[in-house]
Amino acid sequence: MKFAVIVFPGSNCDQDAHHAATAVLGQQAELIWHKDSDLKGADAVILPGGFAHGDYLRTGAMARFSPVMREVKAFADRGGPVIGICNGFQVLLESGLLPGAMLRNKELKYRCEFVNVRVEQTDTPFTGGASAGQVLRIPIGHGEGNYYAPPEALERLEANRQVIFRYCAPDGTISDASNPNGSLHAIAGICNERRNVVGMMPHPERACEPALGGTDGLVILESIVKAFAPA
Amino acid sequence: MRARVFVTLKKSVFDPQGQTIADALHSMGYGTVEDVRQGKFFELELAAADAAQAKALAAEVADKLLANPVIESFRVEVD
Repeated sequence: MKFAVIVFPGSNCDQDAHHAATAVLGQQAELIWHKDSDLKGADAVILPGGFAHGDYLRTGAMARFSPVMREVKAFADRGGPVIGICNGFQVLLESGLLPGAMLRNKELKYRCEFVNVRVEQTDTPFTGGASAGQVLRIPIGHGEGNYYAPPEALERLEANRQVIFRYCAPDGTISDASNPNGSLHAIAGICNERRNVVGMMPHPERACEPALGGTDGLVILESIVKAFAPA
Repeated sequence: MRARVFVTLKKSVFDPQGQTIADALHSMGYGTVEDVRQGKFFELELAAADAAQAKALAAEVADKLLANPVIESFRVEVD
C-alpha cells in the first residue's frame, strides 16, 4: 500500500513517518508538500508531527489553509483513512475534520516522555490490529495537548465511542496522575463519526523499532497496512 | 481604516496561562488581583469604505482565522 506523508513548513516528524512506513513496514510512501494538490494515489494519509507554519497564532491554525488540506478533506470525505499525529492531530482539529480544540498543557510544561495509553476502540483503520484495553507505551512531545471540547461535544464523542486512546497507568487504570497534560476525560486520541479519521497526540512512529526504546507504536501503523493487505 | 481585534478564551474554558500569571501576581503581594485571563490582540489595517464595512471585514477574518470558535470569542473595535 502507499502512504502520503504531508509536509508543512515546520513539520519535523515527516521523515520519521516516512521511515516507519517504508523501512519498518516495507510499504510505499511519498512526501507531499503542503502546496501540492495531488495525493499521488495514496491509500492512507499521515499528517505528521512538528510545528506547521511555526505554530504561529494557534497550533495547526494556518496549516488548515494549505492547498493540500483541500485534497486531504476530500480524501477523508470519500472515506479514505487519515491519521494526524501530534501537530497533525492539531491540524485536524483546526480543520474541523475532528471535533474539539487543544489548549496549553495544564502545567504549562512541554512534555517529552514515554506515556501509557489505553486502546479504547478497535473499529478504526488504525486500531484494528490492537485489542480493546491494550496498553501501549508510546512517547509524547507537546506543549499543547490539553484536549478540550464543549460539554455537549464531549458527550457526543463518548456516546459515539469516538475516544480511541486515553492516557493511563501501566496497568491501564486512569487517573489525574497518568494524564500528562490535563486533557478532558484523559483523551489522547479520537476519531470522527465515520471512524476513518484518527488524531492522536502520542507518536507511534517514534516507537516502532527496538532502537527507539519501544515497538508499541507498530500496531497502529500495522493495523492500516493489514486493512489494505490482499485477502 | 484600523480595526482592533481582541481574542480571549471563552469563560467556560480553563486558561492555564492566565491562572499562572494570577498566581505570580498573588505571590508578588497583589492579592486584590482576583483573576487574570490571557488573550490576543490584533491591529488590522483595512481598505474599507466605512466603519461598518471595516467592522464586518474584521469580524469575518476573526471568525475564520484569528479566533478558534471552539475555545475562543472575539471583540472588534474600529477607529
